[in-house]
Amino acid sequence: MTGHRPNLKDGLPVRRGLVETPFDRHLRPFSLAEDWMPWAGFVSARRFETVEAEYFAIRNQATLFDISPMHKYAITGRDALAVVNRLVTRNAAKLGDNRVGYTVWCDEDGSVIDDGTLFRFSETEFQLCCQEPQYSWLHDIAWGFDVTIEDQSDTIAGLALQGPTSFAVLKEAGFDGVENLKPFGIMDVASGLKISRTGFTGDLGYELWVEASKADELWDRLWPAGQNYGLRPIGGEALDMARIEAGFIAARVDFQPIHDAQRPSRGRTPFELGLDWLVDFEKGHFNGRRALLEAQRRGPRTLLVGLEIEGHKPARDAFVYHGKKKEAGHVTSALWSPTCKRNLALAELRAPYGVSVKDDLWVEIYHPKEGKWEKVMAQAKIAERPFFKNKRRSATPPGLF
Amino acid sequence: MKTEQYDAIVVGAGHNGLATGCYLAKSGLKVLIVERNDYIGGAAVSRELYSGWTYSNCSYVCSLLRPEVVRDLDLARHGLQVIPYESGATFMSNGDHFAYYSDHDALRREIARHSKKDVDAYDRYSKFVTKQCRFIKPLLLRTPPDPVRFRPRDIQELLYLGKRFHDLGARDMADTLRFYTMSVGEFLDEFFESEVIKAHLAGSGIIGTGLGVYSPGTAYVLLHHYMGEVDGSIGAWGFTRGGMGGVSKALGKAFEASGGTIKAGSALDRFLIKNGKVEGVVLENGDTYTANTVVSNMDVRRTFLNHVEDGELPGDFVKAVKRFKIRGSSGKINIALDGAPTFNNIPGTANFLRGDLHASESLDELERAYDAWKEGRWSEDPYFDMLIPTHVDPTMTPPGKHMMTLFIQYAPYELANGESWDGPNRDAFADTVIDKIARYSPDFKDLILHKEVRTPWDIEREVGLTEGNIFQGELTFDQLLFNRPVPGYADYRSPIRGLYLCGSSAHPGGGVMAAPGANAAREVLSDLGRKGFGRAA
Repeated sequence: MTGHRPNLKDGLPVRRGLVETPFDRHLRPFSLAEDWMPWAGFVSARRFETVEAEYFAIRNQATLFDISPMHKYAITGRDALAVVNRLVTRNAAKLGDNRVGYTVWCDEDGSVIDDGTLFRFSETEFQLCCQEPQYSWLHDIAWGFDVTIEDQSDTIAGLALQGPTSFAVLKEAGFDGVENLKPFGIMDVASGLKISRTGFTGDLGYELWVEASKADELWDRLWPAGQNYGLRPIGGEALDMARIEAGFIAARVDFQPIHDAQRPSRGRTPFELGLDWLVDFEKGHFNGRRALLEAQRRGPRTLLVGLEIEGHKPARDAFVYHGKKKEAGHVTSALWSPTCKRNLALAELRAPYGVSVKDDLWVEIYHPKEGKWEKVMAQAKIAERPFFKNKRRSATPPGLF
Repeated sequence: MKTEQYDAIVVGAGHNGLATGCYLAKSGLKVLIVERNDYIGGAAVSRELYSGWTYSNCSYVCSLLRPEVVRDLDLARHGLQVIPYESGATFMSNGDHFAYYSDHDALRREIARHSKKDVDAYDRYSKFVTKQCRFIKPLLLRTPPDPVRFRPRDIQELLYLGKRFHDLGARDMADTLRFYTMSVGEFLDEFFESEVIKAHLAGSGIIGTGLGVYSPGTAYVLLHHYMGEVDGSIGAWGFTRGGMGGVSKALGKAFEASGGTIKAGSALDRFLIKNGKVEGVVLENGDTYTANTVVSNMDVRRTFLNHVEDGELPGDFVKAVKRFKIRGSSGKINIALDGAPTFNNIPGTANFLRGDLHASESLDELERAYDAWKEGRWSEDPYFDMLIPTHVDPTMTPPGKHMMTLFIQYAPYELANGESWDGPNRDAFADTVIDKIARYSPDFKDLILHKEVRTPWDIEREVGLTEGNIFQGELTFDQLLFNRPVPGYADYRSPIRGLYLCGSSAHPGGGVMAAPGANAAREVLSDLGRKGFGRAA
């Protein structure tokens, strides 16, 4: 321990208002719907044409989703591994170089602050990629360590290239070596450009991370290569459908990030989110460890589960009941899955429901029918996640479609 | 020669035969499916006839496949994926076109380009057709009642039918009766003034039918093409990833996962029948398989006229089967293309090029095309339903190349003067169609690498559909519900005990729907006193 403050290295001068991502000028012409939304201060597409066509492109062709607004933090320096391991619940020492790991991190009470992907380039070089801003929290964690924390949210742009033909697109674009990239692997393909085999769709897919100044160059190489592979830009709505099918949870949707909660009771432990496998008590101290040990002993107060529901009406915002009478929880995400042909949901159940009592679950679905609300009590079964599974996601070398 | 015993045998591995097989096997029966061709699927097949290009050889788009069946049999897990396509268009000889956008507001603007009056007319039309879809949809997976037998279940079903009919309301009840018996031409004339809009919509009323746009009964055929859905979007159509063989492949996997056995390359010689009861099947190669339950996926004519000896059947039944209308009216061409064809005055990025394309611009033109059929000729100015699935599906051709599927009407089964379809007539038929497309697409001919041309004769020979009729019997009111395939036998049973029909000759008819297959399985299981499973049982 050196005891000095971490080196602060800020990014570009702050731009004001809602700003464009580095890919905006390439994407904007495709927006026939003119349906934009704010995302972490950036203008982001909700959809370009129709959500349906964009969703099917994820499961049938290849898609580009602009992930530049994601928060990205570089954690570098002699103590980088120690800082990361103090931050997250999983053991970053077990993560190989040039590998990516999904992780969560907690406050002192063991409540999840956020989830995200941790990129390990080496023991002294990490990148954390997440939905919620973490800059000051990272500094709190890094106090006393020899690391530099850099907010790269504005300097690194990102494109998620997802779908069954995504590898074919990369190959066509001439990115040699991608065929050997395994799931959760990272490779440097050019100066200022990294490709990781990661994504939010549960399908074959990649994320391309590029220095913002080289975004145009990347686009010009990627877009033409995709023309014979059905490549199309997509907005956040289609992606959200794919992520529910993939069984991934979303911050502020499926759980309330504790830093964003007024009510301490809204905090959830990783166990309560069904993420037991992400907690490593053997790795030494990390933030929230003591509280999580206690939480493990006590058992979960709630549990986030996957549900398969009868019928085809999506159970959005529905209450879950036991025996049709006793309130047992609520649905956090739901959709009719066009690929699985199943009515799916993620739901937070209150113990013992979902934990020891798993049967006789019902979901009360309200849906409007030509000016009149109708109510259905539909039976639900706890279902394994991911709901959508396909071998092409992990095949190495990947298939062309 | 061998003999094996099964609980149930299905003859024909078309999508309905496979569906029946799945339900029976899932209930625990030992089931065998025998199939004449070396591949399964019947008319829902994907075959590579030109290296690198996969065709949907017969059926080519998917909408009617019952979502209940997809879910019961877990077909998504077995690899079935249906991708809805957007829009469609009719090309016009004056260089213009009518684009049938799936976006409602875009469609309204497009209609206004052709007729201001037709804009709201379309909404009225669309509401009426959707209402009819809602009326008919629940009937698809139910066995029709027999109105003259008055068994408790007949009375119950008649009451159900009566109640649904009554729920339409007084005005719509009258319109519904008219609708079921009128022609698609008259029906559209009541709503629209624009010829091209009427022609675009009328295609659905004649596809697969030996009738013209002004023949009574064709309005229902239009409904038959609308009552499907993709993920709840009524009337939507989609491509099956990998071609329509994807439906059969998934059904085949589901069947085998339930322990069923498929024997391809096994043509039926005859049903084994003793004392009015079926006992099994004898194949052409002499192999014999016994079972007390045999389900035929073949059409009603083929089943009873070709594979059951006359003496086994009551005379009036045979008479009714013989008069069952199952007339060939269409042909099919699949084309391997070296690139995407361009169309006059239409940008290549237009989303409606990913949908169904046509070039018949008036009802008169369509009626004249039908005149040819009556006279034993193929239409010199044919109606076609043309799609390029590879704009959406990356799995069927090499990247940048394309596959075109063409459904063509009219092509009679019997040509005038007893001429043969084989040889020059098949080529001339294909040229007629290709020349017509070339009028709208200047580069189309140069892009053709290979084509598969299928006349009614080819479809009959390869798929086993009598006269090449795609619906296993026409979908006119006299052949629907309790009259399908023949009065008294709409419950999938036959005069032979233990012998059932599960193909499209039975209610609710043709299209890749799997409803007849599911319904037949339910009746079989009920006769065996077995509890089925899930919803459809």
